Amino acid sequence: MLELRQITKRFGDVLANDHVDIVVKPGTIHAIVGENGAGKSTAMRIAYGFYTPDSGEILVNGQVQDIKSPHDAIALGIGMVHQHFMLVETMTVAENIILGAEPGSVVALDLKSAAAQIRQLSEEFKLAVNPNEPIEHLSVGQQQRVELLKALYRHAKLLILDEPTAVLTPLEVEEFFVILRRMRGQGKTVIIITHKLSEVLAISDEVTVMRDGRVVGRVQTKDTNAAELARLMVGREVLLRVEKPEPKIGETELEVKDLSIVDIAGAKRVNGVSFEVRRGEIVGIAGVEGNGQSELIEALAGLVDPTRISGAINLEGRDLKSLGARVRRELGIAHIPEDRHRRGLLLDFSLAENSILGVHYRPPIAGVLIDENAVQRRAAEIIQGFDVRPPNAALPARALSGGNQQKLIIGREYHVAPKLLLVSQPTRGVDIGAIEFIHRQLVSLRDNGCAILLVSAELEEVTSLSDRLLIIHDGKIAGEVDPKVATLEEIGLLMTRGH
Amino acid sequence: MTKLARELLFPLIAVVAAFIVGGILILIVGDNPFQAYGLLLGSALSWPDGIGYTLFQATPLIFTGLAVLVGFRCGLFNIGAEGQLYIAAFATAWVGIKFANLSPWILIPFCCAAAILSGAFWAAIPGVLKARFGSHEVINTIMLNFIAVALVSYFTQYHYKERGDPILQTAPIGQNAYIPPLGKFIPGFPERIPLNVAFLLALLCCLLVYLFLWRTKWGYEIRATGSNPFAAEYGGISIGRQIIIAMAVSGALAGMVGINEVLGNRHRYYDGFSDNYGFTGIAVALLGRNHPVGVILAALLFAALQHGGIYVDGFSEHVTKDIVQVLQGIIILFVAAEAFFKWLLQRRASMERLRA
Repeated sequence: MLELRQITKRFGDVLANDHVDIVVKPGTIHAIVGENGAGKSTAMRIAYGFYTPDSGEILVNGQVQDIKSPHDAIALGIGMVHQHFMLVETMTVAENIILGAEPGSVVALDLKSAAAQIRQLSEEFKLAVNPNEPIEHLSVGQQQRVELLKALYRHAKLLILDEPTAVLTPLEVEEFFVILRRMRGQGKTVIIITHKLSEVLAISDEVTVMRDGRVVGRVQTKDTNAAELARLMVGREVLLRVEKPEPKIGETELEVKDLSIVDIAGAKRVNGVSFEVRRGEIVGIAGVEGNGQSELIEALAGLVDPTRISGAINLEGRDLKSLGARVRRELGIAHIPEDRHRRGLLLDFSLAENSILGVHYRPPIAGVLIDENAVQRRAAEIIQGFDVRPPNAALPARALSGGNQQKLIIGREYHVAPKLLLVSQPTRGVDIGAIEFIHRQLVSLRDNGCAILLVSAELEEVTSLSDRLLIIHDGKIAGEVDPKVATLEEIGLLMTRGH
Repeated sequence: MTKLARELLFPLIAVVAAFIVGGILILIVGDNPFQAYGLLLGSALSWPDGIGYTLFQATPLIFTGLAVLVGFRCGLFNIGAEGQLYIAAFATAWVGIKFANLSPWILIPFCCAAAILSGAFWAAIPGVLKARFGSHEVINTIMLNFIAVALVSYFTQYHYKERGDPILQTAPIGQNAYIPPLGKFIPGFPERIPLNVAFLLALLCCLLVYLFLWRTKWGYEIRATGSNPFAAEYGGISIGRQIIIAMAVSGALAGMVGINEVLGNRHRYYDGFSDNYGFTGIAVALLGRNHPVGVILAALLFAALQHGGIYVDGFSEHVTKDIVQVLQGIIILFVAAEAFFKWLLQRRASMERLRA
């Protein structure tokens, strides 16, 4: 169906694609995996006509084609769905789908026939969306269906999907895979760019692995496993399972009693939650996103208006409820937030300036004046100790990859030697190599006697890291399980049904 | 160095482009643009009058430019510098009149404190309103402009005007409150030019604002709040407090216009003295890329245009000082256009992908 031959593309000093060969067979789901910056998106953008290759050729259905723009690609039956959707929020589904391929004459837009055609397509592929609904009313999962419909409406036979599951909840991922299988069943070919190995194994027929701009492996999915793919991606053995010694559990650090939180609109997001976290243990909270875990962590970190909270939050017996984020930090609470762009980083500030956030006002960093030497020292310690790349403290945080941004945050929070660490989604959007590193850091912190409360949407992550696992559903603790013995089915049921 | 070049590039393009468009305009009204520009710059840069008046005009613009800059760095749009400087100028004059007999060593600092604190107070009002109730500072500062102008006008008219004075101005301040013109210190520079010590104060403020924003923990907190309030809050910074502090500092800077005007120039409060300094300050901060050094350069440019404009008006046939205002407007448009061009490029790229 699609073949890239010896494609090479250079951006400045960076060789993004180095003699890349990819062969995609018709009627298959083909995964292209690799860490961030491995060149997988570049290769696919070349196939879609966004970039022209410096050398090499592209074959579609065995014919050499000169794809100069996405228009050429579409004419050849290639469609692409980007990680960030290209939809106009205020326009309806139908309007978005026909945008750029408007039916009817130049003067009269034939929306009716378009809507009919879209209905027919969504029935054929079981992509349920209402053509007349504005995009802004749709969930992320539904918006993705619109993107798929957009490609299908343009008669795409080959769909390129760039990190399609990054924005989806676990349930939506399941539905999405059903859709992909159905499309394959109808004779479409799908290329899925991803770095999540479990998904590759679940959905694909064949895998091409890329690293540093080169293709380093081509395998049949049925002949491989996660460990092999990870090794190919990273270039060395990667521990997928967290190795951790038995916990040395100490006294109770955090005690939460009958905690309820309402949101700004007055709706109850957390409802009578009680638990404790002791020194030297990792307590995990598993749950489908949006069941109150974000609010819970924010409330513990002191980022929720105390008037919206009832119940008790005690740190070593001291009531925290009326204390602000600064005082809580001074008492030994550190926080790795779920959304590093929104909460965790000042993206326009340098790494050095980011490395002092939270301790920027007190010695050794500052009296009244900020001690530039102390800042640079601290930044250097974090950058070296946590392998932040590129190791240049003067760069703005924006310039770093997601994994390196996360390492910077973890390094910063680790540096204060916290008594209690609140962690949310520590490895979201982070490369496999960095995930392993981050997990090891969390375990070493726990072994040094820190109490850790961990929230993650990755079930494998919470079960393998946690010493105890709480399951949250609809703002309530639905149960506690021993992660060593509990099955994923058992946890999954608690997550979705609440009992 | 490349960073500096990048910072300078867009303002320079804006200024050059504005001069080109302005030149075409001058051509259309029937004058020689080169002649008009020659006249404009020649008069703005002549020694001593041109330079003296240009620097004098630049003084309030540096203050208001800094005021807007401090607000911007905290994510606030202080449109109220105009009202803040009116309140401050009046307060300065009031102290200068009431305590006219104090020694200069006491009276001048006292007057300066009045300018700074009253400006800070007037700006802190919308700061508090935003921090406490979330009401938008743009609306509130605009409203407070109207109130300030009307309030000081009323007090001048009915309480502090000299008997029989046909001009809407207060009685003069005591001579002990006068700050010296720079002509006193510079040989060959006449004392009749109102350029005074407040200009040096303005330069000092640029340095202080720089140190405050980039070297102190308070500046860090203000900039962090402006850059990403959610991350600032996460870092234990009180957003509300930063908003109030930034507004107060902003108002204090705007208030110092009163020192230049009342202690250094007219030696009384003169109603309606401000030539839109507060609003031009927004353009100065924008063109100066929200950096103190940029503010000095931008203030000098706008001051030169204003001062030179008077001469062009007098000596050329068709070009009036309105043309100079048009020129200023075009510069601002082109500066604003930077954001517009970036937005356009992004939009084009995303539209392209959308259509694809």
